[in-house]
Amino acid sequence: MAENKAEPGAARWAPAVLLAWLVPGGGHLLLKRPGRGGLIAACVAAMFLLGLMMRGALFSPMTGDLLTTVIYVGGFLGNLMSGILYFLTVWLGYNQPDVAGHVHDYGTKFLVAAGLLNVLGMVDVYEIATGQKE
Amino acid sequence: MPKVNLSHFEASLLFALFTSIVLGVVTKRTDPERVRYAAYCFAWFVAAIFGLSWLMYLGHG
Repeated sequence: MAENKAEPGAARWAPAVLLAWLVPGGGHLLLKRPGRGGLIAACVAAMFLLGLMMRGALFSPMTGDLLTTVIYVGGFLGNLMSGILYFLTVWLGYNQPDVAGHVHDYGTKFLVAAGLLNVLGMVDVYEIATGQKE
Repeated sequence: MPKVNLSHFEASLLFALFTSIVLGVVTKRTDPERVRYAAYCFAWFVAAIFGLSWLMYLGHG
């Protein structure tokens, strides 16, 4: 009979994953992987700042037909995943309307992609914290 | 906050660079493997940029 492998308790990984969300690279620092944390922090921050400098738009959750819901709620979640970078941007009053132009479009995509890169970092932190990875 | 105006090519290259670094960091277990994988991803991103650009150019007529 196959033996059930015990799931690691949330107390073991949740603080590091939460910190990795709020501060990109912070979870790695907490787990004493400063090199990897620094690289992730630099990439997420650079992507996010470039998105702001290209005057990309931040998404607000909006529902309607399926495509609208997927784009706006998905985009909002992607923005939210940048953690403190997103919150600071909103708290400091950044409010760029969605206007036409390839630079603005790239900016919007960079802002979402920064959050998605941070999600990869959070998954890495989870795997380190649960002992699946060094 | 200064405003930057990047071309399609510059923006795509920057996207490829940052994404490749993070993919290298999170998917491999040793530093040489990470560097190799990041370079591999970046090369494929650049190849895709050129390939799709030519495809759109030729498809446009």
